[in-house]
Amino acid sequence: MKKMTSAAVGAALMTSVSVPTMAMAEDLTLCWAAWDPANALVELSKEFEAQSGHSMNFEFIPWPNFADRMLNELNSGGKLCDLLIGDSQWIGGGAENGHYVKLNDFFDAESISMDDFAPATVYAYSTWPKGTPNYYALPAMGDANGWFYRKDWFADPEIQAAFKEATGRDLGEPQSQKEMLEIAQFFQGREIDGKTVYGASIFTERGSEGITMGVTSALYPWGFKYENTPGSYDMEGAVNSPEAVEALEFYKEFYETATPPGYTNSYMGESLDAFKSGQVAMAMNWFAFFPGLYADPNTGGDKIDFFVNPPQNQAGSTLGGQGISVVAYSDKQDAALEYIKWFANPDVQAKWWELGGYSAHNSVLNDPGFKDSAPFAGDFLEAMGAVQDFWQEPAYAELLLAMQKRVHDYVVADQGTAQEALDKLIEDWTEVFEDEGKL
Amino acid sequence: MTDTIANRAAKATPQKVARKIKGLSDRAIAWIFVAPTIFLLLAINIFPLIWTIQLSFTNYKANRLNREPEFIGLRNYERILTDSDIWLNMQATAHFLFWTIALQVLIGFTLAWLINKKFKGNDLWTTIIVLPMMLSPAVVGNFWKFLYQPQIGLFNYIIAFFTGKEPSSFEMLGSVQLAPWSIVIVDTWMWTPFVMLICLAGLRSIPDYIYEAAEVDRASKLRQFFTITIPMVLPFLMLAVLFRGIENFKMFDLVVQLTGGGPGSTTELTSINLKREAFEKWRTGYASAYAIILFVTVFGLASIYVKALNKVKER
Repeated sequence: MKKMTSAAVGAALMTSVSVPTMAMAEDLTLCWAAWDPANALVELSKEFEAQSGHSMNFEFIPWPNFADRMLNELNSGGKLCDLLIGDSQWIGGGAENGHYVKLNDFFDAESISMDDFAPATVYAYSTWPKGTPNYYALPAMGDANGWFYRKDWFADPEIQAAFKEATGRDLGEPQSQKEMLEIAQFFQGREIDGKTVYGASIFTERGSEGITMGVTSALYPWGFKYENTPGSYDMEGAVNSPEAVEALEFYKEFYETATPPGYTNSYMGESLDAFKSGQVAMAMNWFAFFPGLYADPNTGGDKIDFFVNPPQNQAGSTLGGQGISVVAYSDKQDAALEYIKWFANPDVQAKWWELGGYSAHNSVLNDPGFKDSAPFAGDFLEAMGAVQDFWQEPAYAELLLAMQKRVHDYVVADQGTAQEALDKLIEDWTEVFEDEGKL
Repeated sequence: MTDTIANRAAKATPQKVARKIKGLSDRAIAWIFVAPTIFLLLAINIFPLIWTIQLSFTNYKANRLNREPEFIGLRNYERILTDSDIWLNMQATAHFLFWTIALQVLIGFTLAWLINKKFKGNDLWTTIIVLPMMLSPAVVGNFWKFLYQPQIGLFNYIIAFFTGKEPSSFEMLGSVQLAPWSIVIVDTWMWTPFVMLICLAGLRSIPDYIYEAAEVDRASKLRQFFTITIPMVLPFLMLAVLFRGIENFKMFDLVVQLTGGGPGSTTELTSINLKREAFEKWRTGYASAYAIILFVTVFGLASIYVKALNKVKER
């Protein structure tokens, strides 16, 4: 896909994508987080402007403030955004509180089929109630939490020999969570090129969603479930299962024994900084950042490689990514829907992937050349096959903040045990669901 | 009739206006003047307060406009007062308040006492000392975050220089034991100059003749300090404590920048917790009850304190 030239894709777009010309040109505002894919979307949207006559404005909010800023905007019925690429967990609130326009009729009228998109992304980004054919967003940006590592260090014969001597096995991409910890511990405090380096950078951020996204990357491979029976809110024995306790203890051990000093409140930015500054051998982060990491002149190219979040009892990756929705308070819904129609086109989706966005369209993902189109493309496909998301309930913010507190208290502040942390989490979540009238 | 300002104003009043207000009592005219202010006060302070009290008895959520709030009596208050996590937040706030005020008063007074001595460069030093309080809390929070960084932070290197420890062997912001002190240090660094200025005003208000009389009575310097300086500066000191106490009770920005309330919830002060409840979890009714509890606490403590301050002033 990435081998296609821009000119070819551009020509294809001009000929194949027909956007009906509207009587009035509108100024549309699209809101999203401020990160690399957002820049790619600006570039991509120029085609839409040229074809539709509408002009596009963008409101990109830094990740730490994205949820706060956008949810306040929606809750106050603000008209800032006509289109919103909102986090997957917002879909429940967006639908139930009437923030997002329901898209079923529009999809039917325009022959946009959700079967054309990867099922995991449709389920996670578009539907509410979960899994029902009620669509409030079009999958816009597939994403999952993955890993990248210093390929040059892993390939160094001296380091390989030292690893073999220390562990009795060859140094390579980890095949399990425990192997990954072993590798990280091996690198922790090691001298490389006269500099002390550390094992890995993981998510520990307290304020928004960081540590939850990190911890779930350990919980899911251990087999973590939110409920015993989906939709029952029956959490006892699922959230605090022995596997969940073991996974949480594992994450704490990882934090204590294999991360750089001072990374007590780190998320995406800190993870990238730690890797780019040559401090760590491995780091976790969202696939969305991988094109930029690969292109980095100092630590990218031959020096970097990528791997999917390793399995333990099963495969499992934390879902990221977002769907694109039309905001119900917008006065320009027709023009906004035009954008969605244009964006759903397979040729536009192909260019979206080419520019650095993660398309969820089957025509892109199932293309025979997709796996070889980027060094992380195969890992992305594998990750999307085993993703799991956090609660997507309307009360997701309360559920998320409760988990942030409980796991940060245990992992970083070293208070209590993993069992206690998860037991308290069930208490918190039970209270939220009782308030919601669901228990 | 004497030519007072009131008479001159009466003469200058246009006949048309004078006819209209003729017959209005002084009290009525006074009410006309103060009415806009009272209206603003009611609209901005009293009405929101009453509304907050009303919301505190409901399960209202500001992000669920399509859901009718239900009256739940004292349930929110009961939840808050029996929540051990909230008591931990209160403890963290009390620790922060006590130590910041104690250190700022001690260091601020000492600095004021030194600055009050006449020496060359006195004004320059005063300007340098007050610089921290002129900075934005967000800026201060960010650069202290760098100073506290275990691998490259200057603070850790200075401590390591004096103690012989490895700079990266301790984490000011990441350690449960040290994080509460790290926010105390930064707030003290930033706001001690404020206390110093108030103390300096107090010291400069003491007439020289009192000290001269004490000299005549052969009072020692120590005696003069405890019987003249301290009692006469005390009302100023108490005022500084009141200002800093109220400010630090609602401390938010600096701590959010430094620790975000972490590690865990170690530095999660009540204001941070309240903001999370109100504007991140959107538990508006619950947050209203929380705010009322904090308001009553601060109002009660401040009232007792102001009474004590007035007594000290009367002495």
